[in-house]
Parts: sequence; C-alpha cells; structure tokens
Amino acid sequence: MEVTITVNGRTHTKSVEPRMLLVHFLREELGLTGTHIGCDSSHCGACTVLVDGTPLKSCTYLAVMANGRSVETVEGLKQGGKLHVIQEEFKEQHGLQCGYCTPGMMLVGKALLEENPNPTDDEVRFAISGNICRCTGYMNIVKSIQAAGKRMQAESADAAE
Amino acid sequence: MEPSEQKAVRGVGHSVRRVEDDRFIVGRGNYLDDVKLPRMLHMAIVRSPLAHATIESIDISEAMALEGVVAVVTGKDLEAHKLAWMPTLSGDTQAVLATDKVRFQGQEVAAVIAESPYVAADAAELVEIEYEPLDIFVDPYKALENTETIIRSDKEGQADNVAYEWEAGDKAKTDQLFAEADHVVKLHTHYPRSHPAPLETCGCVADVNGATGKATIYLTSQAPHAHRTLFALVAGLPEQNIRVISPDVGGGFGNKVPIYPGYVVATAASLLLDAPVKWVESRSENLMSTGFARDYHMDGELALTSDGTITAMRCHITSDHGAFFADAQPTKFRAGLVHICTGSYDMQAAHITAKGAYTNKAPGGVAYRCSFRVTEASYIIERLVQNAAYELGMSPVEIRRKNFIKKEQFPYTSCTGFIYDSGDYDASLDKALEMLGYDEIMAERDAARAEGRLMGVGIATFTEVVGAGNSKEYDIAGLKMFDSAELRVHPTGKAILKLGVQTQGQGHETTFAQIVANELGIPPEDIAVGHGDTDNTPYGLGTYASRSTPTGGAATAVIARKLRDKAKKIAAHLLEASEGDLEWDSNKFVVKGTDKSVSIQDCAFAAYTNPPDGEEPGLEGVHYYDPPNMTYPFGAYAVVVEVDPETGEWEVKRMVAVDDCGVRINPMVVDGQIHGGLTEGYAMASMQYIHYDDDGNCVGGNFIDYLIPTAVETPKFELGETVTPSPHHPIGAKGVGESATVGSPAAYVNAVLDALQPLGVKNLEMPVTSGRVWEAIQAAKAAAE
Amino acid sequence: MYPPRFDYVAPTSLEEALDALAEHGDEGKIIAGGQSLIPMLKLRFASPETLIDINRLPGMDGVSEEGGTLRFGALCRHNQLGAHPLMTSKYHVVAEAGTLIADPLVRNMGSLGGSLCHADPQADWGSVMIALKATIVCQKKGATREFGAAEFMEGIFTTKLADDEIVTEIRCDAANGGFGSSYLKMERKVGDFATCGTAIALTLKDGTIASAGVGLTAMGAKNLHAEDAEKVLVGQAPSAELFAEAAEAAVAIADVREDSRGTPEYKKNVLRTFMKRGLAKAALRAQA
Repeated sequence: MEVTITVNGRTHTKSVEPRMLLVHFLREELGLTGTHIGCDSSHCGACTVLVDGTPLKSCTYLAVMANGRSVETVEGLKQGGKLHVIQEEFKEQHGLQCGYCTPGMMLVGKALLEENPNPTDDEVRFAISGNICRCTGYMNIVKSIQAAGKRMQAESADAAE
Repeated sequence: MEPSEQKAVRGVGHSVRRVEDDRFIVGRGNYLDDVKLPRMLHMAIVRSPLAHATIESIDISEAMALEGVVAVVTGKDLEAHKLAWMPTLSGDTQAVLATDKVRFQGQEVAAVIAESPYVAADAAELVEIEYEPLDIFVDPYKALENTETIIRSDKEGQADNVAYEWEAGDKAKTDQLFAEADHVVKLHTHYPRSHPAPLETCGCVADVNGATGKATIYLTSQAPHAHRTLFALVAGLPEQNIRVISPDVGGGFGNKVPIYPGYVVATAASLLLDAPVKWVESRSENLMSTGFARDYHMDGELALTSDGTITAMRCHITSDHGAFFADAQPTKFRAGLVHICTGSYDMQAAHITAKGAYTNKAPGGVAYRCSFRVTEASYIIERLVQNAAYELGMSPVEIRRKNFIKKEQFPYTSCTGFIYDSGDYDASLDKALEMLGYDEIMAERDAARAEGRLMGVGIATFTEVVGAGNSKEYDIAGLKMFDSAELRVHPTGKAILKLGVQTQGQGHETTFAQIVANELGIPPEDIAVGHGDTDNTPYGLGTYASRSTPTGGAATAVIARKLRDKAKKIAAHLLEASEGDLEWDSNKFVVKGTDKSVSIQDCAFAAYTNPPDGEEPGLEGVHYYDPPNMTYPFGAYAVVVEVDPETGEWEVKRMVAVDDCGVRINPMVVDGQIHGGLTEGYAMASMQYIHYDDDGNCVGGNFIDYLIPTAVETPKFELGETVTPSPHHPIGAKGVGESATVGSPAAYVNAVLDALQPLGVKNLEMPVTSGRVWEAIQAAKAAAE
Repeated sequence: MYPPRFDYVAPTSLEEALDALAEHGDEGKIIAGGQSLIPMLKLRFASPETLIDINRLPGMDGVSEEGGTLRFGALCRHNQLGAHPLMTSKYHVVAEAGTLIADPLVRNMGSLGGSLCHADPQADWGSVMIALKATIVCQKKGATREFGAAEFMEGIFTTKLADDEIVTEIRCDAANGGFGSSYLKMERKVGDFATCGTAIALTLKDGTIASAGVGLTAMGAKNLHAEDAEKVLVGQAPSAELFAEAAEAAVAIADVREDSRGTPEYKKNVLRTFMKRGLAKAALRAQA
C-alpha cells in the first residue's frame, strides 16, 4: 500500500505492507535510526515520535495510520544547523547516559513545554512517565526539561522586546 | 607548522560536559540495531514454551516453504559442526540450540533466517516442534533434594542438581564465637531473581566474509576482547580473523557480559550462508532467556556480645542458577565475592557457604550493576545489623558506629581475606545524618507514631569491592583481569586514547580524556577516545563490576605519565636545560625559578619534528595495568518512608545518599551514576523481579509484568560525598557505577521495616510490594492478639 | 516483534466504515487507538484478515452536554477526556480515569470506545461508564442497538458488539446539582493495569443520596456493576458508616485470584479501602 508521510518536513511516498510499524518505517525505510525500540509491549517510550505534534509510541502505530500526517523525530529537532534548546539542555544538565531513551525523552519534553513552558518537577515527571530510562534515575532529565523551558521563555521574552 | 594554542586543561575534578552526547542528542548514535549491511539477512529464534521436556521431533518444512526464508537451523545442524553446546563464563556448558531436551521456558530450539525480520517472525511460527514434558523444578531447595530428575543429564557424572558447593572463611573460629555469643541474630531472606533489562536488548550482526575469512561481529558487548577470544575458542575461528565491534551500547548493567546462543547461531549462519545475519532480541526474549541476576536464598547470622559488638558472621546461600550455571565471575569464586558480606564491620571471624542449584529456569546469573554478588552480600549484612539493633534495643546508628572498621585501621584485612584499601565510615555516616537532619527526622517519626502513622527511617552503610583484578586472583574464563590503554599524541598536540574497556553510558569518552588531561595537560576536547573495536584497541576485559576506572582508568593515567616522562626529555632538549631543572605545571614544563617553559603541545610537535638525539621519535605508548588490589568504595544511605496502613503502599519521603568513591574524575558523571544506581536499588526493593509458576512459566517476561519504575515512582535523591582516595590507584579513584545499586536496597527495606517496627513486623521480602506490607501488618496484628 | 500480515482499509465516513464491516464480517477488525490491538498483533494473539481503521472518521471524538445528555464520541482519546474542562470541573470520575489509564503516550492515542470494546476487566472505562449508568450505542448498516454499560460487557475480552457493528457513541444523563464522582485506582507503577479501581457517581438531594453508580475495575471477569452497594447508598445520608456498609457490599461481589499484585484478601481490602475513600471524595464533591 502506498503512503505519503511527511517526516521532519520532508514528504516521502513509499509502498509499505499494512503491517509495517511506524518505527520500522522510520528506521528501515527512511534510515532515521534515532527512534529506538526498547520493549515491544508499548511500555518504554524509546520509540516516541510526534505525530501531528502529539507524542506517540511509534511501535504501537502502523505506518499506514500515518498516511497524510506529519511526523517529527529526534532528527528533526535541530533546525537550520542549530540545536533545539532541549537538546542543548540535555547535554548541559547531563540528562542522558547511554542515550537510548533520549530521543523519546526530548520529544516528550518538547511537547510538554509547548503546553506548559514552566513545569514543576512533578509535572515533568508525570509527562515523561510513559518513557523509561534505566541509567539516569530521571533526576537530570527533569532538570534538563525544566532548564530548557526556562531558556525558551527567556528567549521568547527577548524576542518580544 | 605551529602547535595548537593553549587551552584550559580541565582534568580530574571538573564536570566536563560529555562529548558523546553530541551524537546521542541528534539521534546519530550507532546502536546495534542501527547497523545495516548489504545483503543482510535477519534471524528469529524459535523458543521452547515448556520448562522441561524432551524434544521428540522438529519439522521445518512449512517454515522453509515460506517465501523469503533462507534457512532454518536446528541443534542437529549445529551438532554437525560441534556448535550445539558452548562454554559459559563460569566453566559450565550451555546449549546453543537444544538437541536432547529443553530445560527452561524460552530456551533456544531453532533459528529461522530470512530476508526480512517480518518474514523471519512469520516463519518462526511455522516451525513445528513436538515435546514430551518432564518433571519441572522451579524451587532450588526441591531441585537440590532431588536425584530422580537430573536437569543436567547432559553432564557426565552429574547425579543430582547441584551446580557447585563453595565456602570461605574460618568455620572453626566462627563456630566457637557463635558458641560464646551473648546474642545471635538470624535472618532468612531471598534476594529475588532480577534482570538488568537495559533499554536496548541484546543482539548482533555477524558478517563472516566467505572470500577473506574475516568475521566482523557487531555485538552488544560489555567485553569485546574477551568475546573475541571466546568466539575463537568456541567457533574455532582464527582470532586474527575475528573483529568484534561493540557499537554504542544502550545500557548493559551486566546483561551484555555473557555470550548468548543467538550470537553463536547468527555467526554460524553467516559463515554457512556467506551473508551478514542480524539478530536482535525482543524484550521478552531478553527477559526470559538472557542473563538474570541475584536469586540468592540467604541464611545469615550474627554473633554479638551483650553490648552490641559483632564478633562473627555466618551465611549460607542457596543459589538458583537455572538450567546452566552461566554467571560471569572469577573462576576462583564460585559464589562471587559474596564473602565481602562482613561489610563495614570489624569482626573476628566469618564463615560463608554456598550451594548452587540447577533448576528449570533461565540461566545466569550475571552481576547486575554490581561486582560479582556484592549486592547480595551488602543486603544480608545491612538487614542483619538493623535486626540486631532492634533485638538489642540499640539504635541502628549506634550499633553501626560501634562496629565500624575505624579510619586508622586501613588498610584493613577482613576475616574473609579482603584487604580494604581505604575508608572513613564514620565520616560518611555523619554526613548522611547531618544532611538528613537525623534528630529532627527521628522526632518527626516518633510524633507520627504517636498519631498512629507509620513512618520509618532506614539506614544502610555499605562497603563494596570493585575493580577486578589483581590478575593473581581474578580471571574470567581464564583471562586475567587486567586492563589497558593506548595513548597516541599527534604532532599538533591532539591525542587518541584507545581503551580495553567499553562504555555503555558511563561517559568514558569524556572522563578518560580528563584523566589524560590531568596527567598530560592536553584538554579533553583535544583527545578522541576509542573503544569497543577489537581491531583498534588494546586487549582488555571490558566494562562491568565497576572496573573501568580502577583498571582502565589506572592504565590511562600510567601511560599518560609515561608519555609525560618522555616529553620531559624532549622539553629538556627544547629548553636546553637538564631534566632535573624542569618542573611540571599542569600542561607545561618550566625551568625552575624562571619563566622559561615549553607546553606539552610543543613537546608533542618536537617529538615528530625535532626529537632529541638518541631518543625514539614519536609520542605514544600502551600500558597494561594489573591493579595491586581491588578498590573499596563505601557510603551511607538513609531513607525516610511513610506507609499507608490501609493499603500497604509506601512512599519514599527522603532519600539521602553519601558516597565515597575516592577522587571523583567528573563529579557530574559520578552523580549521574549514583542517581541511576539508587533508582535500580529502589526498583529491586519495591517492584522489579522475575518469578516462575509451578509449571515453570516465567512471570516477568515483558515490561507488563517486569516492573521498571517511571519518573513518577522514582524517589527524588539528595546526594552528598566524602572523599577518601584509594591509596593504590594512580589518581586515587575507586569504581562508582554500582555503589548505589549495591547499597540502597537495604536502606529502602530497612526504612519500611522501621515504619512497621511498632507493630512487631520482623521481616519483609523484596520486592516489598504493598500487598506484602499489608499481609505483614495483618500477621503482626493477629500475632499480637 | 512483528504483526502478522493483514489488509487495511481506512474509511473516511461512517457509512464507508459500516460497509467495510458488512463486507468483512468476522474477518474484519476495527482499529481505533490501537493501543491494545497493536501489541496483541505483535504478540500474534490476534490475526485479523483486514483492519478497518476508524481514526479518519469525522466527528467521532466530540464531547457535548446538551438537553440533559452528556455524549462522548467513541474516538475520544483518554488524555482528551482527562484534560477536558467539563470533566475536570464536573465529571471527576471521567477526568480521573482519563489521567490514570496506562501512560501519557498511550493516553494520547487510546480511545474510549476502543477500550470499552476491548473489555479488559482490568481496564478503567467500563467501570466509569457503569457508574455513570451510560448507554453504549452500537451501529451497523441500517440498524442501531443500545446497551447499558454493565450489560454491554459480557466477560473477559467479550462484549455485546457484533462483528458488523461499531460503537459510535457513549452517552449518559447529564448531571444536575448535587453530583459528585471519583475514580480511584491502585497501580503498581504508571502504565500498570489496575490492582483495583473504583468508579463512583453520586447525586445528593436534600442531604440524602438520590442516586448512586458504582463500577469496579479488576475485581472479576469484567468491570463489575456493584448494584448492592448502590442499593445500600440510595436514600441514605452520606456517612462513614454508610460508606463502610456499601464497601462491604462491593467486596461481596469481588471475585479475585492471587497473583503478583497480591492475595485475594489483599485485593478485597484495597477495594474496601478505595470504596470508602472514593465514596467520601464523591460525596464531598456532591456537597460542594
């Protein structure tokens, strides 16, 4: 079946089996391997992407369901050669260790900050509770997302002046 | 040509941001499943649904008939190449694909190789296997008693289900001290079966080139060099033709130390089919068949005098290894280093015995974020000490202080033969209590109790033994436990460091560069760190057991110093001074009492452009470091909980962790390691375990049943530190990756027990689920009536 | 893990969807959010010939309160309901369940109708709809059937829904004054299925309970309707004693087994505790 999916702003038309999971479409058909697979049962969030802006588990979503939709992956965060603030803050706050959960965490964080630019510790924890990290104990992931929120606010305040 | 400009050195002690993050944050890591080769085929494994059964027949015809299927491999096929069995890292053997019978649910029976992973999965369903069920043993005590059903019937002379028996310590002296004791404290407890469950599962891409004979094996490996040697020994491939590449690894925690059947089958298939073969586990395969951890049933006893002095300890362990004894630990120590179980306490004697059982469960067990069973050791002693405090009417703080090995006793030889390198246990406990506000918290707890609320404070003060070896005592499958570093300084003053250890998130690419910076003055950003590729790194035993800093880190410091010595000769030549007149000042040699100096970059440049007469050109070298001793990190953890008496749920209100890992190379990275360890400790204490029903069905074979805490459940940690350098490590550092997993479970459990202390609850088993807490409360209430 | 082969259609109108259902019969399977179905496909516990994707049907995710009726489109996502201002201000039982199901990512996709049709006894929406005495509207080509929520759910993974039918809407009476509700759930961690869940809806009139709805999660082979507990409550003034009595009536119908979540005694104890707490919470809201 032919699908047309916009991924990180680029439109791709491909013929896929209806059973192909979105995560495999991204990784195998497009070579975008930043989206990871960690569990099979929809419990870890390593495969998180944004579909029309909403964070979803791409291992629990068929590629055909994304037909005509817009998908953002970790590879789309950096724009015009410039890292997204959330990427910078994950590095700055040591929000990652092995890096396997990081793409999902950053995308969920980005979606959260768009709705709630100044989340509390508990609000961040609630938002990332569909994403498992085995390395960091979440402490610095929370800090990274909060720090990104603060910077984004400060930057938009600067821009408004 | 001019050497590069001077930059800040930022060596040991700086929270340098990690260089590896640059690729991870943009999704450009290169994990195993990201490896894609031309003509690559995909493998799926057919596994046993039964825990113990003979294989009557295997019919592969339907699977073979499916379009896109290239081959179906069974144990019989491997037998023809003497590959149906392989050695484990603990001297046992393990079936690669079962030929005679299956011994646990999820065991590998056949493998399908197909053009796509989807087709491989389709075909795996079509392999028809007939089984004849056998009696199943999931209880190690019952397995040990039984001599009718021999799980390891394949082993010549095996007439029971005993994997091994082992002991340490002084039985006679221990017995005598127990006979003389005023008080004996006993605890029977089970450290349940757990699984490291790194977020990335295990897998490989085996690429055996039929034209060149070169086997390139991409592997989720914590120990690529050791794995290459084992591949050479198992598969009979010439070692120079094997290249193991461990790409970015999505967490290891001990899970990626052993060799698994899938690796061997994929390699054999690649050899036979002359095409690359990829195999990546599903999460269920990971949890149900690869390296579990723990599963130690422990009977611990302390002998005490009436004033609370611990004189001796006994511990008997019944350890459940599943179908194959597949621990990854030094040959000499069959039960691991569990005889560190005397912990932080000065006692006269101890006696430890262990009996390993074969059962119809998945094989293991690996050291999950711990150095060879140190977690179990730390847990039993810290639980026993708390019980002793309650039974003698002492405070858990007082009894620890009374029995701590004192600062001035180091180096301290323990009664089970370890030489603790350095420690200051009182200082770390002081710090933890101060951070906690211990007196205020205890007052708060007592006030809560007066209101009928169940609040508890738990303490654990642990001592670890990490950083194997020395090579005299420690080996893995005969390979001595040293490690290595190769350092090449280029003419422009930039460097490449190559390691025998392998990072899985620990940040070696940054922290090891800091060690070089510290010793040689080259800033970390000017140093590329290579690891995980056996063709391009010196031999090493790999990263596990918190050994990278103690061994590979030491090797790095030593080789950097050796190059600095050589640079000094060059500096003397450049400055026209004698070596004796030169002083090292962080990144340059200065002629004493002058402002004349040359930088390390100047020396590097001269090493290639203007070497002194008679001096070998270049500035590079390799060092193999055989540590004189292990390192002994320690710490004090305190946890405050409140229990809901109606539901048994408990919540961590505070978690204070003071760690002493000697000198901290990168404080930011150290804190990150501790956060992670504390979380995994919490996971084991509260929810994370694998168990089996009576039919040998695995409960915990997916993330629905195997519970991993999310950010919501995970406590918020408060960290503190003391610094007691290791006297024998070149930069005074100790391992730290596992301290928190080792030390914290007892702190959490002790806290819940403390909350239930007024009710008379004496024991809780991990995981301390709300159901277990509630049942314990009911039982205590019933007993009080 | 990889799903088996299937065909796929994505109708863009209800009519097309009903045609597709009529055509494929028991070989067709509706996929809504897919958060239970796709994992089951990956485990190969399900192998439909054709998936009928209803995510593109227009107007299936609306929420309205008009003319004394509260209506939910079957494709309302869990998070949508959890955050809906009408739910967070008035129908707390819906808002609370909507933020406790699975995890935030699953909640972004999983749907109310899909969850009800999946009929997992450990799932939450069935209990909520029982408490609200909701009606589930099932449509097929040329015919519509309606069921009460308790009646709709027949047992583990089984409902009244026929192979050629689709749930289009769930509706219940809108609350007037004196309404209060709550959903309590014990989960071992975020993303876990319930150890126990209690959905409670009360309407107070002149200081007494005029109507009560109680649905129970994970307490039997389906979401249970605690009718006896409701009977205990109706006509009485709220009190701790009354709630304790209602709790016992709920515990009496629980049919639970031992597993890693606990013993039957423990689970019943949680139910008892949650009934008391949930009733108190709902009553407080009803009085506000």
